[in-house]
Amino acid sequence: MAPSFLFSQFMGGLTTAMFLFLIASGLSLVFGIMRVINFAHGSFYMLGAYLAWQGVQWFHPTGPGFWAASLFAACGVGVLGAVVERLFFRSLYGREELYQLLFTYALVLILGDAAKFLWGTDQLSVSTPPVLAGSVQIFGSTQPLYNLFIMAIGPLIAFLGWLVLNRSGVGRMVRAAQMDREMLDALGANVGTIYTGMFVFSSFLAGLSGALVTPIQSIVPGMDVLIIVQAFIVVVIGGMGSFWGTFWGSVIYGEVLSFGILIFPGFSLFSVFALMAVILIVRPWGLFGRPL
Amino acid sequence: MTSETTTTTTTGVAEATPAAPASQMIGGGSSVIGRIPWTLIVFLVACSVPWIGGRYNTFLAEQIAIDALFAVSLNLLLGTTGLVSFGHVAYFGVGAYVCGILMKTYNVPFILAFPAAGLGAALFALVSGYFCVRLIKLYFAMLTLAFSQIIWAIAYKWNDVTGGDQGLPEIPFPSFDWLNHVPWLGDLKTSDQFYLLTVLLIAISLAIIHRIVRSPFGRVLTTIRDNPERAAFIGVNVKLYQLAAFVVAGTFAGFAGALYGLFSRGVFADYVFWSKSAEVMIMTILGGMDYFWGPPIGAFALVWLNQEITDYTQYWPFFLGAILLVLLFGFPGGILGGVDMLWQRLRRARRA
Amino acid sequence: MLEVRGLNKSFSGFRAVSDVDLTVETGQIAAVIGPNGAGKSTLFNLITGHLRPDTGSVRLDGRDITGAAPHRIVRMGVGRSFQRTNIFAKLTVFENLQAAFLVHRGRGRDFWSRAAALYRDDTERLLASIGLVDQRDTVAGTLSYGNQKQLELGLALASDPALLLLDEPTAGMSATETHDTIRLIERIAGERSLTLLFTEHDMDVVFQIAQKIAVLHQGRVIADGAPEEVRADPEVRRVYLGEH
Repeated sequence: MAPSFLFSQFMGGLTTAMFLFLIASGLSLVFGIMRVINFAHGSFYMLGAYLAWQGVQWFHPTGPGFWAASLFAACGVGVLGAVVERLFFRSLYGREELYQLLFTYALVLILGDAAKFLWGTDQLSVSTPPVLAGSVQIFGSTQPLYNLFIMAIGPLIAFLGWLVLNRSGVGRMVRAAQMDREMLDALGANVGTIYTGMFVFSSFLAGLSGALVTPIQSIVPGMDVLIIVQAFIVVVIGGMGSFWGTFWGSVIYGEVLSFGILIFPGFSLFSVFALMAVILIVRPWGLFGRPL
Repeated sequence: MTSETTTTTTTGVAEATPAAPASQMIGGGSSVIGRIPWTLIVFLVACSVPWIGGRYNTFLAEQIAIDALFAVSLNLLLGTTGLVSFGHVAYFGVGAYVCGILMKTYNVPFILAFPAAGLGAALFALVSGYFCVRLIKLYFAMLTLAFSQIIWAIAYKWNDVTGGDQGLPEIPFPSFDWLNHVPWLGDLKTSDQFYLLTVLLIAISLAIIHRIVRSPFGRVLTTIRDNPERAAFIGVNVKLYQLAAFVVAGTFAGFAGALYGLFSRGVFADYVFWSKSAEVMIMTILGGMDYFWGPPIGAFALVWLNQEITDYTQYWPFFLGAILLVLLFGFPGGILGGVDMLWQRLRRARRA
Repeated sequence: MLEVRGLNKSFSGFRAVSDVDLTVETGQIAAVIGPNGAGKSTLFNLITGHLRPDTGSVRLDGRDITGAAPHRIVRMGVGRSFQRTNIFAKLTVFENLQAAFLVHRGRGRDFWSRAAALYRDDTERLLASIGLVDQRDTVAGTLSYGNQKQLELGLALASDPALLLLDEPTAGMSATETHDTIRLIERIAGERSLTLLFTEHDMDVVFQIAQKIAVLHQGRVIADGAPEEVRADPEVRRVYLGEH
């Protein structure tokens, strides 16, 4: 195999990885702090995509409209997250995980149909913003500029997240909440506000990633349940609740999928699920997480 | 026991919502309602559907019966053992594929293919369950989900065996030639004959599960559900019993899957996708997971509602989600939980 | 009966139990006392297999049971109650005790009999012995706190232990409830000739019934002996009884 081919395969995996990281980081954050697996995270992502499409129609069909639309989509989904957390989720924190799981699944059903109702079942697409429409040659392989942009955004968000979590007062409280909710109560911090804030941030990230995916993937019903399973895999590999874990989990997932297709075509899907199972069996808290 | 269990199993007795104990369940043993042989009546009504209900109702009844068995098998984990499996569809799927492949590809008769489906599901449940029961709570749920997606990936991609995304269409019905000379039964359509066979097999399966739930083994499972830590300290090997429950539940899910494949005349990868696990879980909760007959009632309610609502609108999932919300926030005990509460209140009112 | 040697357990650097030696003779009523966080519950959890010690050994009648799984240790004749009440909340009182009998008599693998019909007489007798006859069909989760403690004792007794470990049996109880509980424990220990090891915060209770007392402080045993010796021990008086 030619090195340029391998390189482009590697870059393909990395693009997948950074996308998934954007989505999965929010999922991981919510799990780490609230101990909740949010199935609706995929629905938030899908809504982000639809809202971005809508925003592009409203603001400007092409050109700078895309960036405004993406921001609009991310904020819209963030607001939705706030509503969901305040109205419903709040009353479920003390209850068994079964009810929390099913609640988020109810959201999946409702939001999925709401999207169908509002935007129909046809494929929708958004064109790449002109600034990033071109491509460049790297080591003899053609790389679309937009993909490179995504590859840069991923680590940037990771770094910002890490900075906030480790270098600020909010971060200290969040980490305290991860360790022990009661302790945080004792410190006098307002747990409710932190939970809402984290949930909103997580929804914002989901909406943003949904918006940013539109130039390379068409928007279709069903993208919510497909993505959420992939995000689960990433989070499990890296360690639920670990930010950097999610980052490396994404890279592993992207590359296993990308090279798995070369090694045993047709079974790359199998291999990522098997990887998820093996990690859960050997190290349930993930490669980078801490045991609960 | 692993260290994870030690750090997280705490039971706040104050938070526990006590359900009615077996002795006080709806109707009670002594009341008039309690003395009516409900199960026999339901069985006889189910058997008469091909004659009195017509083709479409037979179709619905068969769907309900299979879903009922599937949901009851899940409830052995959920309501009896307290294990939240998010991948129960895997065992349903293994059963469906084993039976379908044997009957279609290898022309194995149903009488062998059906037990083989249960055995296949049981074996997979034994292997996957061995790993799953070592984890707790959300990790358990995630690993069951992972195993079910492995089955889905195999079903979806292993074209030579499972038919891949095309699935296995046109699985033959079992042969009912031997019924030709039996009065009443011999004149029925093959699909109706298969319906009766399904009802019979499901009735037997439900009777067996009922017996198991009421057995000492079943009682031990309820202690694990209520308090795994305490169960260990009355001498229960918690993981072993959880695994046993997992295998029994998987086996009956496999039987349900085998029947479903024949009923819908084909097995497809869609049957095994993870959202199906959520659907059967909704059925179970809707009927009431604290009751043996909760899941069948949930299956009945859901199939009937689906049929009614899809007549008017294509947005069935939306309604399903809304039902689920009402359930979670209004009636966490499900239909039977609600009826039970009403019943207790009425009795108290009458006594006062 | 019970012999603990050089037991150590640390949690992320914090030594909860440190070089603990403890012996309880057959038929003895022994108490472990110490301020909060002294390591009493950790010590119990190490003995009953809930936690695995870093080093050291636990012997029961000469058999090494260090780090064995809880369900095995129960089968060897060790029963225990918990500081936070620990019962089967959704089952009735009767079903709770019956379940414990089923497990103890090895019927748990029976998939076919009717559980409700088994060991009814034993269950009734135990109900009477722990004084819960009137609460027989009450769902355990709705019992009063004191009744739940009684039920927990019953669960431990159903497996017919030779050694019973009670973690704060009177925690959270009123003076009357404490009195009744202690009388109940004494009576049952006498009837069944149990060996008893308990932790307790109420010093009156401890000095009333214990024949031997070990004092834990910061994970170490600082005194071990008959009640009078312990009461007179200067170090105990200093760190625990608050005298200088």
